[in-house]
Amino acid sequence: MTDLVVMRDIEIEGRSDEVWMPIIKGIDLTLKKGEVLGLIGESGAGKSTLGLAAMGFARDGVRISGGSVEFDGIDLLAASADVKRGLLGKRIAYVAQSAAASFNPAHKLIDQHTEGPTQHGVMSKSESEMDGIELYRKLRLPNPDEIGFRYPHQVSGGQLQRAMTAMAMSCRPDLIIFDEPTTALDVTTQIEVLASIRDIVEEYDTAAIYITHDLAVVAQMADRIKVLLKGDEVEENETREMLSHPKEDYTKSLWAVREFKRPQKPAVHTDATPVVSVQHVTAAYGKVPVLHDISFDIHAGRTVAVVGESGSGKSTAARCITGLLPPSEGVIEFDGEALPGNYRQRNKMQLRQAQMIYQMADTALNPRKTIGEIIGRPVQFYMGLTGREKRKRVEELLEQIELPGSQYIDRLPSELSGGQKQRIGIARALAAEPKFIICDEVTSALDQLVAEGILRLLAQLQDELGLSYMFITHDLATVRSIADEVVVMKDGQVVEQGPKDEMFTPPHHPYTDLLLSSVPEMDPDWLTNLLAERGVDNIGDAAVGKMD
Amino acid sequence: MSLWLTIIVALVACLAGGWVMRFAGQKATNNAPAFRDMPLGVAFGWVLGVTLLIWVVYTYYLARTLPQPDANKYFFFRTAIEWFIIFAVAAWIFRVFGRLVGTAGSRKLFRQMPLTASFGLLVILSYALVAIFAGILAPYGQEQVLEGVAANIPPGGDPAMGGNPEYPLGTDQIGRDILSRLIYGAQNTVGIAFATTCLAFFLGGSLGLLAAVLGGWLDQVLSRAVDVLMAIPSLIFALLLMTIASAWAGSERWLLTIYMVIIIAVIDSTRVFRLARAVGLNIVVMDYIEAAKLRGEGLSYLIFKEILPNATAPLLAEFGLRFCFVFLTIASLSFLGVGIQPPLADWGTMVRDLAQFINFAAFAPQVAAAPLLAAGAIALLTVGVNFVVDWMLKRSSGLKE
Amino acid sequence: MNSVLKIIAQRLALGLLTLFIVSIVIFTAVNLLPGDFAEAILGQGATPEAVESIRRDLRLDQPPITRYLEWLGGAVRGDLGNSFAQANFASFVGDDSGTRTTVAQQIAPRFANTMFLAGVTAAIAVPLSVGLGVLAALYRETVFDRFTNIFTLSSISSPEFFLAYVLILFLAVLNPLLPSLSNIYEGMGFGERLQKTLLPALTLTLVVMAHMMRMTRAAIINLLASPYIEMARLKGMSPMRVIVRHALPNALAPIINVIALNLAYLITGVVVVEVVFVYPGIGQLFVDSVKIRDIPVVQACCLIFASAYILLNLTADILSIVSNPRLRHPK
Repeated sequence: MTDLVVMRDIEIEGRSDEVWMPIIKGIDLTLKKGEVLGLIGESGAGKSTLGLAAMGFARDGVRISGGSVEFDGIDLLAASADVKRGLLGKRIAYVAQSAAASFNPAHKLIDQHTEGPTQHGVMSKSESEMDGIELYRKLRLPNPDEIGFRYPHQVSGGQLQRAMTAMAMSCRPDLIIFDEPTTALDVTTQIEVLASIRDIVEEYDTAAIYITHDLAVVAQMADRIKVLLKGDEVEENETREMLSHPKEDYTKSLWAVREFKRPQKPAVHTDATPVVSVQHVTAAYGKVPVLHDISFDIHAGRTVAVVGESGSGKSTAARCITGLLPPSEGVIEFDGEALPGNYRQRNKMQLRQAQMIYQMADTALNPRKTIGEIIGRPVQFYMGLTGREKRKRVEELLEQIELPGSQYIDRLPSELSGGQKQRIGIARALAAEPKFIICDEVTSALDQLVAEGILRLLAQLQDELGLSYMFITHDLATVRSIADEVVVMKDGQVVEQGPKDEMFTPPHHPYTDLLLSSVPEMDPDWLTNLLAERGVDNIGDAAVGKMD
Repeated sequence: MSLWLTIIVALVACLAGGWVMRFAGQKATNNAPAFRDMPLGVAFGWVLGVTLLIWVVYTYYLARTLPQPDANKYFFFRTAIEWFIIFAVAAWIFRVFGRLVGTAGSRKLFRQMPLTASFGLLVILSYALVAIFAGILAPYGQEQVLEGVAANIPPGGDPAMGGNPEYPLGTDQIGRDILSRLIYGAQNTVGIAFATTCLAFFLGGSLGLLAAVLGGWLDQVLSRAVDVLMAIPSLIFALLLMTIASAWAGSERWLLTIYMVIIIAVIDSTRVFRLARAVGLNIVVMDYIEAAKLRGEGLSYLIFKEILPNATAPLLAEFGLRFCFVFLTIASLSFLGVGIQPPLADWGTMVRDLAQFINFAAFAPQVAAAPLLAAGAIALLTVGVNFVVDWMLKRSSGLKE
Repeated sequence: MNSVLKIIAQRLALGLLTLFIVSIVIFTAVNLLPGDFAEAILGQGATPEAVESIRRDLRLDQPPITRYLEWLGGAVRGDLGNSFAQANFASFVGDDSGTRTTVAQQIAPRFANTMFLAGVTAAIAVPLSVGLGVLAALYRETVFDRFTNIFTLSSISSPEFFLAYVLILFLAVLNPLLPSLSNIYEGMGFGERLQKTLLPALTLTLVVMAHMMRMTRAAIINLLASPYIEMARLKGMSPMRVIVRHALPNALAPIINVIALNLAYLITGVVVVEVVFVYPGIGQLFVDSVKIRDIPVVQACCLIFASAYILLNLTADILSIVSNPRLRHPK
C-alpha cells in the first residue's frame, strides 16, 4: 500500500490575546490508502486541529506555522487556493461533530449532497441525486427515497450524522476526516451511526482519520491509533497491539480508568427509613408532562445512580427533589417526613440537608468570587461561623477535597483546572454538612483521568461521612464504578430498578438490555460481535422505531 | 457632471492599476502566494487606498504652500489633518505614559490598549478636567455681561474682520465672552448628561435586574410597558414631553432643565431596562444562582452579591453608550431650542446661535470655525467614549473564547 | 405554511395593539398640561373670549375618554383636527371658522417631502452600507476593516448637526457643488428637487450608514463563524459560492432587520436635519409646533412618527419570519 497522507513535523499555533501560542508541537503522521487512523486525546490535545491540518486547512485564528502536508504527492501547504479547492470535497471530505449545525438550514439535504459532485464536475445533478438516495439506503437511513428532500431541522441528530457521512461520500473521496461524529449522540443512537460509518468506509475502501476522545469507540473503528497529549504525540501503534500492550505511562493510565469499581454493598434492611423517598411523583413543565409516577428510595450511606438518555427525565427528577419544580402529584419524603413541594416553603434545615453538585463547574461557581467566599458562604449561612472560625472551617473543607487550603483559598475559579473546580463544587456542598447530595452528571464534562479522581473522592467522602448520593448520569461505566443501586429511566418513567449487580446481570428489561449492550467496550471485535448478535436488520428497525 | 466623470475614470484607473500591480507582483515575486491568490478586488482596494493617501498628502502640501487667499479654501482640510496628527501623537504619548506609570494592573491594561482607546481615555480625562476646573480656566463667567465691550463681536480674533484678539471666539448678542461660555459648556452639557445617564441607570438598571430575578407578573408588566414606550421614537417622545414640560415650567427656565433631565432619563431608562434584564436573565440561569436560591438566600443577597458583580462589565459598557446617546439627545434638543435653557451656557444652543458664520468659510475661515468648534466639542467626547466602549466590548467578547 | 401565517397575523395584531396603546399614551401626555388646557396654550395674556373659543374647539367640556375616542376616530379617517398656528388666534374669537387650516392640510405636503428625503437617503445608504458592511466582514481585521471601524464610530458619535455643517462647509461653501438650503416648493422639477435634497440626504446617509454597516458586519461575521459555512469551504466551494449560496440565504433575515431598524432610526434623524437645512418636511413642522405649543399638530406628528416606527419594526419582524427556513418548513 502506498502513502496517501504524509505530514512531517507539523506545528500549529493559535492566537489568544494577540499572541500566538503553540497547539501542535511537531507531529508526524502517515496514512496509507484505505487505512483508518484513530486520533485520540483529551480535550485540548489538538486532535481536531491536526485533523483539519491534514486537509491543509486552518480555522480563523489558527495557523500552520511549520512542517509539510502531502496528499497523494501534492504539497497542500504550498498549493494554490484553486488546487486545494479542487481536492476538498472531491478527494478529501470532512464529517463534522455537530451535523445539526453543519448542514445549511436554508437548503434541503439532497441539494447539499449534490452540491459537491456537481460543482466538482463528478456527476450531473440527477445522477448525484440517485446516488445520494443509494448512499442513504446503504447507511440504513429510514425512508431513503424521501428523507433527502427534507430540511436539516426536520431530521433527527443521528440521522443527520449519517446524512453527513453520505454527503462526504458523494464524490467517493480517498480520505474522510471524521471529527467526533458520535460525541453528541446518545449511546443507542451512537451504535447505529458507528456501524453504518464503518461499513461504508470498508465498502469503498476509503482512508479515514477518526478523531474522538472515546477509547472504546476508536477501538471499533481504527486500524491504527495515535495518542495525543497537549499537542504532542504520546505513541502510535496497531489497534490490537495498542490495546493489549500500551507502552507509555500516559496511555496505560488512560486504559486503567476503566478498572475502578466499588464492591456491591450488602442489601439494606427492608424496614429502614430511607433518607430520601420519592413516592409516585408526576411533574410537568407547563403543560408538557415530563415525569410519570416515578418512585424510588435512597438509603443512608448509599449511592443510587439514575441512568437514562437525554430526555429521559432524570434531571427533572432531581429538580423535583430539590423543590425547583414542585411535583403535580406525589410526595418527596426526607427521613420519613414529607417535604414541601416548593423549595421556597422549605426551612433552612431542610434546605441544608440536601445539597447539589452540578455538571458544569464553570457555571456552578460564581466567577467573581474567590474560593474562600464560595465555600465560606454556606459555612456562615448555615453554621453561623464568621471571621477566623469560618476561615478555619473552609481550610478544613479544602483539605477534605485534597486541595491545600492556604494555596487556593484566595483564588478565583478561573484560575483553577476543570477537575479542581469540580472539587470546589463538592466542598461547597459539604460545607452545609448535608446528609444527601445530588450529583448531576458531575463527571461528564471532565476528561477520564480527572473524572476518575472525582469518583474516588466522592466514594471516600461517602465512607467517611456516611453521605447518600443520587448520581445522575448517562454513562454506564460511571454507574458500574460507583453505584449501589440503579434506577433506569426512559421517557419520564422508571423502566427498572434494583441493586447494581442484579442490574448488570441478565435477564434485563429490554430497554436496559439495549442500553447496556450499546456501551462500546475496549474489545476491537465488540461492534462486529454485537452486530452479528443483533442482526443488521435489527438496527435498522430500531432506527425506524425511533422515528415514530 | 464632469465631477462624476472624473470619479468614474479614477475608479476605472484604480481597477486597471490593481490588475497591473497584481500582475507585476506575480512576475516579480515568482508567484508568491500573497500575489498568486490575491483577488482583483483586494488589489483594487490597495491601489485605491494608496491613491487616496497620495491625494491627501498632495492637498495638504497645497494647503501649506499656496498663498492667501487661495489657501483659505484648504484651511479646514489642513486643520483637520494637523489636529488628527496631534491627537494621534497625544494618544500615543498618553499610552506610553500609562505603560510606565501606575500599578501593575493598569500598566498591563495600557499595554493591550489600541491607540483609539487610549485616545478615547485621554479625551474623557481632559473633558472631566475642563468640566471640573471650568471656573479657573474660563477668563470670564458664563453669565457675565462684559462691560465696555461691544456685543456681537465676530469670532476669529482678526481685527480686519471686526474681531478682537482678546475675545478669540467673539461675544454674543448681549456681550458675553463666547470662549468662556464654551468652557462652561463642558460643565453644563457634560454634567447634565452625566446626571441624566446616572438617573436612567438607577431606574432602568434596578427595575431590569428585579424583573430578571423575580420574573412572573412584575416582569410581564414592566416589559410590556417598556415595549410601548420604546415604540415611540425617543427624540420625538422627548420633544412631545418637553412641550408639556415647558407649559408646566412657565417662566421658570431652570425648572425646564430639571424636567428635561427627568424626561430623558425616563425615556432612556427603557433601553437600560432591556439590557439589564437581558444581562440579568443570562446570569439567573447559571447554576451558582440556583445553588444560592436552594441555599435559601434572600433577594438582596442574590442581586447584590451574586448577580451585580457579574453584570458590571456589560453594564459599564452600556453606561458609556447610553451616556453618548443622552449627550447627543440633549445637544439635539438644545440645538432645536428646547433643551438646556439660558443663561446656562451649552454647546447645542451655541451651535445654533453661531451657525450663520459657516457661510464666511471661503474668505474668513477662522470666523467659520467657531460653530464647528462647539459642534466638534460634542462630537469629540462621544467619539472618545465610543472608542473606549468599543475596546471594552471587544475585550470582554475576546475573553469569553 | 399555516403556522407562518398564524405568526404573522399575531404580529400584526400585536402591532395594532401597540399603536393603539401608543395613541393613548400620546393623548394622555398632552392632557397632562397643567391647569386649564386653553390658558396653558394661549399664555396669561389671552382674552377670555379666546380661551373660551379654544375650549369649545377642543371640546374641553367633554370627559377625556369621549375626547380621546373622537380624536382617534378622526385620526383613523384622516381628520386630525384644526391647527392653532396657521389661523390667527384672533379668528378664534369670531365665528369665522373657514380660514382655519386643518392639521391634515398642513401635514400632507410636508409628509410627502419627508418621504422623498427618506427615500433618497435609503436609496443611497442601503446598498452602500450593506455592501461595505459585507466587505468589512469578509476582510475583517485588515487595514480596511480598522479604518471603516474608526470612520463609522466617529460618524455615529457625531451629532447630526455637526455632520450637516461639515458637509455644508465642504460641499456648499468651500466647493459650491450643492445648495446649503433646501427650499423645496410644489411643482418643482425632479432633477432640481433631487439636487436640493441631496445635501440633507447625504447627512442622513452618513448617520444611518454607520449604524447599518456595523450591524451588517456583525451579522455577517456571526454567520461566517457558523459550522455550515466551514463545511461549505471544506467541500471545496469557491468563496463566491460560499457567500451567495450558503451565507446569503441565511443572512437575509438579519440584514433585512438591520435595514428596517435603521430606516426607523431615520425618523428621528430627519427632525434635526430638516431644521438645519430648512427642509420643509414634517420634522421641521413638528419642531416649530413644539415651540409654539400647537398641540393638535404636535399630537398628529407624534402619531405619524410612532406609526411609521412601529410599521417598520413590524415589517422587519415579519420579513425575518418569512425568510426563516425553520418556520417556512415546519416539522
